[in-house]
Amino acid sequence: MTPGGHSFLSSAPFRSVLLHGSIVLLLALLFGVLPEYHSGNLARIMVLAVYAMGYNVLFGYTGLLSLGHALFFAAGMYGLGLTMYWLDASPAPGMLAGLISALVVSAIIGSLALRTTGVAFMIVTLMFAQAGFLTILLLGEYTRGDEGFVLQQADRVLFGFDLTQPAVRYASALMLFSLCLALVAVLVQSRFGKTLVAIRENEERARMLGYDVLRHKWLAVIVSGTLSGASGAAYALLFGYAGATFATVQYSIFPLLWVLLGGAGTTIGPLIGTVFMFYLIDISSQFTSAYLLIAGIILILLTLFAPQGLAGVIRKRLIPWLP
Amino acid sequence: MTLLATQGLSKHYAGLQAVESVDFALQEGEIRALIGPNGAGKSTFVGMLCGRIPSSAGQVTFDGRDITAMPAHQRISLGMAYTFQITSVFARLDVHENVALAARRLPDSSPQRVRRRVMEALEQVGLQDRTDTLAGDLSYGHQRLLEIAMGLVQSPRLFILDEPTQGLAESEIESFKNLIKRLSSHTTILLIEHNMDVVMQTAQRITVLNFGQILAEGSPSEIRANDAVQSAYLGSG
Repeated sequence: MTPGGHSFLSSAPFRSVLLHGSIVLLLALLFGVLPEYHSGNLARIMVLAVYAMGYNVLFGYTGLLSLGHALFFAAGMYGLGLTMYWLDASPAPGMLAGLISALVVSAIIGSLALRTTGVAFMIVTLMFAQAGFLTILLLGEYTRGDEGFVLQQADRVLFGFDLTQPAVRYASALMLFSLCLALVAVLVQSRFGKTLVAIRENEERARMLGYDVLRHKWLAVIVSGTLSGASGAAYALLFGYAGATFATVQYSIFPLLWVLLGGAGTTIGPLIGTVFMFYLIDISSQFTSAYLLIAGIILILLTLFAPQGLAGVIRKRLIPWLP
Repeated sequence: MTLLATQGLSKHYAGLQAVESVDFALQEGEIRALIGPNGAGKSTFVGMLCGRIPSSAGQVTFDGRDITAMPAHQRISLGMAYTFQITSVFARLDVHENVALAARRLPDSSPQRVRRRVMEALEQVGLQDRTDTLAGDLSYGHQRLLEIAMGLVQSPRLFILDEPTQGLAESEIESFKNLIKRLSSHTTILLIEHNMDVVMQTAQRITVLNFGQILAEGSPSEIRANDAVQSAYLGSG
């Protein structure tokens, strides 16, 4: 932002609070307005948007394209799911286990995969995620493999609130989403976030300004992976199911599509992209069983005419300060 | 006091010897020019000084410390700054942020202090009115000046500039020469330069590199009178 001389009202922190606060407020109000079917969808979308936001930290802000984020999503999902299912843990320690699991997995995968760059990085992350998926199948005795397992309604009570109740579920999803949105909004304005952008824009220059590029990338993988894991854990907790499908390649591609559609490197892009894609599939599947074809065509059109994504277009045409 | 020195520094690319066993020493506070015909190994040599290019053999010491095995970013943290031969800025970020990225890495970088340092550096190169312009939208000459500002703002102990005046207009070259002279009071400067006018007017000593080896070293007048240098530049016929 412009140095000096500007009022607080046009300062980056104030604008950031205003923008992100309005979005959270809007989402809260929508619950009262929307019919139950759509508010149920929106709860799911908010949880998945956290996954997209995590992906965006690495892809949109650091410039690293991973094809293996399903591994981090699944690490969170099974971290929570297995401790609740096998150890009878309650949701709070379950959530903690999910976060720690995703953090540890992303720290390890990051330290290995970051030895490569570019296309090799994409392939290595893809391979690790496949290995993770196969491990889940291999340990079918505990994970129930493809079939997965259901978390019982009675166990899904957090601080006395029944998470299977639509209103509670919506509020929980909104709280998680708001927390992660605030985290990302602060992160991208911070010195660390600005360094990530510098690495995305010109890695060699950033290194020759004295920044430890590898360490920054590694931390970005950890933040990205842990946010993805938070989404996976919350998904299992709020919707009561964990299964190996969530560790497949498809679930690594989804966040990439959401972020591309919504606008990579913008804080609100992931939410926009997730909403858009969710309803694109939801609506087109009402008309035809070939709904993926329709989704595919619209995706192609969008990448042709708005390659910077929906929020990217907004930034370019309307609000240049969009963080 | 010797700020930077190399012993037997070499770089081999699959049999090609780009730099061959160079012994080099730079005194603190000196302005040194590194010249030589195209392909003499100048950029490779300074690339090994700042860690951008790994050396094949030899040793680099900075401020009495062996830094041969040290990665580039740590060498920069010790107080080196480097500008690229081919301009390298953050094209999609604005001018202020480009310089701020360089300034933020310094100790004691509160936002106010960073802002002040950035404005000082931009004023020194004459870009203080362009803070909001995207670096990629600047003219080529201004991008070079921006890169110099990114070096200046770090208040480096050693400032390595790889062909800084390439693409600058005459008037900009004039102010560049003045800038270098002003800087020399608190910074050691190593300059790769093709513009002999700039070299002769700014450098206190000149090192001539040819086929990866030091051909000659001395004051500007000594170098001007050196027969070996003449024949390397003009061909020995």
